[in-house]
Amino acid sequence: MQAPEQEAVTSAEEQEKWLADAMALVQHHAFYMHRALDANNIRDVLKFSAQMLSELRTSKLSPQKYYELYMRTFDELRQLEVFFREESKRGRTNADIYELVQHAGNILPRLYLLCTVGSVYIKSKEAPAKDVLKDLVEMSRGVQHPIRGLFLRSYLSQISRDKLPDVGSPYEGEGGNVMDAVEFVLQNFTEMNKLWVRMQHQGPVRDKEKREKERSELRDLVGKNLHVLSQLEGVDLEMYRDLVLPRVLEQVVNCKDELAQYYLMDCIIQVFPDDFHLQTLETLLGACPQLQPTVDIKTVMSQLMERLSKYAAASPDVLYEFQQVDAFSKFSQSVVEVIEAQPDMPLVGAVSLHVSLLTFVLRVYVDRLDYVDLVLGACVKKLEGKGKVKDSKATKQLVALLSAPLEKYKDVVVVLKLSNYARVMEHLDYETNKVMAVVLIQSVLSNSTMITVDEEDFQEEQNLVARLVHMLVNDDPEQMFQILTTARKHFAQGGPRRLQYTLPPLVFEALKLVRSLQAQDLPEEGEGSGSVSLKKVFQFLHQTVEALAMIPAAELSLRLYLQCAEAAGDCGLEPVAYEFFTQAFVLYEEEISDSKAQVTALQLIIGTLQRTRVFGVENRDTLTHKATGYSAKLLKKPDQCRAVYACSHLFWVEDGGTTDGERVLLCLKRALRIANAAQQMSSATRGTSGPMTLFVEILNKYLYYFEKGTMIQSTVIQGLLELIVTDMQSESTTHDPEVDAFLASTVRYIQFQKQKGDSIAERYASIQVQ
Amino acid sequence: MCCPEVPPPEMLTLRSRGSARKGELRRGTHADDDDGFGMSGRAKPSNFPSRTTTRGREKNFLVGAFGPPCKVGIEFSNAETRKQASVKKENGQVVMVPLFLGQDSVAGEVRIEPLPGKKVEHLGVKIELLGQIELYFDRGSFYDFTSLVRELDVPGEILECKTYPFEFSTVEMQYESYNGVNVRLRYVLKVTISRSYATNIVEYRDFWVHNYSPQPDINNSIKMEVGIEDCLHIEFEYSKSKYHLKDVIVGKIYFLLVRIKIKHMELEVRRRESTGSGPNTYNESETLAKYEIMDGAPVRGESIPIRLFLSPYDLTPTYRNINNKFSVKYYLNLVLVDEEDRRYFKQQEITMYRLE
Repeated sequence: MQAPEQEAVTSAEEQEKWLADAMALVQHHAFYMHRALDANNIRDVLKFSAQMLSELRTSKLSPQKYYELYMRTFDELRQLEVFFREESKRGRTNADIYELVQHAGNILPRLYLLCTVGSVYIKSKEAPAKDVLKDLVEMSRGVQHPIRGLFLRSYLSQISRDKLPDVGSPYEGEGGNVMDAVEFVLQNFTEMNKLWVRMQHQGPVRDKEKREKERSELRDLVGKNLHVLSQLEGVDLEMYRDLVLPRVLEQVVNCKDELAQYYLMDCIIQVFPDDFHLQTLETLLGACPQLQPTVDIKTVMSQLMERLSKYAAASPDVLYEFQQVDAFSKFSQSVVEVIEAQPDMPLVGAVSLHVSLLTFVLRVYVDRLDYVDLVLGACVKKLEGKGKVKDSKATKQLVALLSAPLEKYKDVVVVLKLSNYARVMEHLDYETNKVMAVVLIQSVLSNSTMITVDEEDFQEEQNLVARLVHMLVNDDPEQMFQILTTARKHFAQGGPRRLQYTLPPLVFEALKLVRSLQAQDLPEEGEGSGSVSLKKVFQFLHQTVEALAMIPAAELSLRLYLQCAEAAGDCGLEPVAYEFFTQAFVLYEEEISDSKAQVTALQLIIGTLQRTRVFGVENRDTLTHKATGYSAKLLKKPDQCRAVYACSHLFWVEDGGTTDGERVLLCLKRALRIANAAQQMSSATRGTSGPMTLFVEILNKYLYYFEKGTMIQSTVIQGLLELIVTDMQSESTTHDPEVDAFLASTVRYIQFQKQKGDSIAERYASIQVQ
Repeated sequence: MCCPEVPPPEMLTLRSRGSARKGELRRGTHADDDDGFGMSGRAKPSNFPSRTTTRGREKNFLVGAFGPPCKVGIEFSNAETRKQASVKKENGQVVMVPLFLGQDSVAGEVRIEPLPGKKVEHLGVKIELLGQIELYFDRGSFYDFTSLVRELDVPGEILECKTYPFEFSTVEMQYESYNGVNVRLRYVLKVTISRSYATNIVEYRDFWVHNYSPQPDINNSIKMEVGIEDCLHIEFEYSKSKYHLKDVIVGKIYFLLVRIKIKHMELEVRRRESTGSGPNTYNESETLAKYEIMDGAPVRGESIPIRLFLSPYDLTPTYRNINNKFSVKYYLNLVLVDEEDRRYFKQQEITMYRLE
């Protein structure tokens, strides 16, 4: 009677005890078997060996303990094999013994004996190896109990390993050919795998986890068959491709078992040579999407890619083969299919698959940047709609994905050429984005890459966009305004880096629109809500420039504000113009700190303010006061001086503007004072006075206003001129040929004016020139 | 210990499919359940008391005070070269007995050797060749289906050792010798020395008869699909329906549906001996071979091979209605045992024959 199936989890102690009992019984029967062996009594040998083998019929032992028992009997069976061999020498045919052992009533002992005799039978060559093997593998079907069957077939595999009719084997020829050998191993493999998979269903559900662990311990029994296949001399690429691989994969796919599928795929990859894999990529990868959705296929594929890339690295002459079989597109295709087939695969899995693929590409296709980009693109596709990746593991993989090309190419510029690179980065959260940015920068620094090329490209592109804006033309102001609004909306998404390039043209187009509206003489206030008005356009302008100021792009915004202010002034919109000025001033005060920029900005402000005539006295005073105030606060004396004398123009606007000679004079005098102070500072610090440039410039201003009005006396000019000439001749003054030339041409101008013979010449007459 | 009355086995509704013959699996609780015919409550062969009595009759003459005056020996010609059959006797001993075929001539010589100083007066000496069927339950009665006589000597005296050759040429011995549970068929030579004033001197000599059959012209395979609805469906196939005694049963079992936890499966060779007729029919079944063909639980789609060598088993040909007295039939019984030790079985008759 057979022992009942193992019911519950048995304690380790019980297992030990059962094993010890079984071992003792094996020992006992083996003793009598040995006696019969010595007496050459085949009947008793068979009887006692069958009894000994009956101990393997137990259902009580865990796989591990069963294995120990199996090994114990295995040793005994070796002696039995020797006996059978001698028995056949004593005149009993192997065929006889082969039949004789089949009289055993119990199947498990019977089949162990049959395999043992079969081994001798094949070796004797009294029957073709293929026939005996086929018989053994067929008869073994009788053992359907998973563990017992696995070990029996493992025994069969063990004793048959050196007896397969492989190419070059002594059993080839009459014993069969390599096809028979392959067929035999494949069949044994298939049956073993079926048994192995079935093991999980043995016993109560609650022990499932333990059983799976035990099952995992037995996996090498199954995998061994694949190893045997890979060792067969006769299995060449053709046979592997047409027979071995399809059959193995068929079993792998059909068994529908997670543990088995993962293990066997890994096994296939490990035991068969790389060039086989390369030439059968399509078949091998084709199986991947058919596996159970829970199989960790990414690891399997990663290993395959890893192996193949090592293969490529080890022997560069096979790279051609990689090209020929188009390994890349097969892998990338498969990655897509696997991800599709496994909808529950966590994001990290999908991303790490891409990392593996990328690593493969970087190793095998060194110069194929387009492949790298394709991989990134595929990953982006996978990430699409997912926003920022929050899973920390997936993020880690993403960083790996982005870092791989950097490490490989050591050149950020190359990497940034990858159009999908930035798109992948978009899916990183801010923290990680920062990390990635640091990685990028480190790469730049450690590889001292110059990234100017990229910047230029970018500018060029953006300039193109800017030029495009100018092509947006519509005669209908209404439509035109719509276009501009829409354009701004789109540009707003481009980010600050682009806005610098894209907004200014919009501003100018809007200003153009202002001018055309002005020409049409439309009412200031829009009548209908839809119709465009000057006010609306200025609002648009205001918003646009403000957006630009937010970037920040202070200098640019300031210029644009001034442009707008001037346009508003031209339209007679005093409050609007004032607002724009105010904004410009705020920018000047808050954002523009560079002294050179301040000078430039101030010049622009002054110039614009001078031309803007729309202001009433009060507003104008406020603005000019501010401007002159700024002038005096510039850092460098020469800058102060120039700004101050420029301010004088604010008080002298011809054609209906203010002409305040007193304040003009005030400005000029102040400019002189500053120039003087600058000169003194220079001699105090350097020992020599600076060039007389400022004085010559101020002289020119004096001459300008001298011609304009009456507030300047010729004596003042005379005095200034003499001062300049004296100083220029002084030893302590730095000589500058440019200044000499400037002064000379100024003097020439005075002489010219003197000789003109008009009213101005009369006024010049009192000025003496050497 | 006698077996109790076993209730008739449970009949289960079975479904047949396709072209396979409709079949059924029975489920029982005991390995020796019969096949659904009325069960006899008789004891097992080894406990059967009448056989001891029967054996007493075989030793047909008493050695005592009135011992016979002579020794009678019956020798077959070519005794040295003649084949012998090993016959198992009731006490388990195996004896070797000369073997003849159905159409053989039975010849030899009878040697009568008077004990020293004695003479044998007789009314004649004859030898008979008898074919007998002996039914144990019908105590003492046996039927001679064959009876041939040869007169060896006319009445007279035998003073010294005398031999008489005899020959029964091409005897029709259509039945084989058989030692069964309830019945025995035997062939015997009987020498009788008739005496007028004393009991006849009788000597017996058993011999064994085999009959060879030719290879059957038609030997179909046995193929059948059987099952228990929604529980177990199998298809089995034995390559032949007729087997010679040293034959091999080859076949396979294909599992179409498995919803029970099968523990193992075995193939039994059973012999059923039917004796008597009508209401007085006695059936005796023996399991001669129990051969495990599967260990563990198969899943749907598995196919399990069968290969059973018949040579180790003590089988006879199938005997059908021998002289209206008995039949011996053979069956293959496929038994599946589940984890609760329930047995599912299907029995199929096979024909056994003796091949030369």
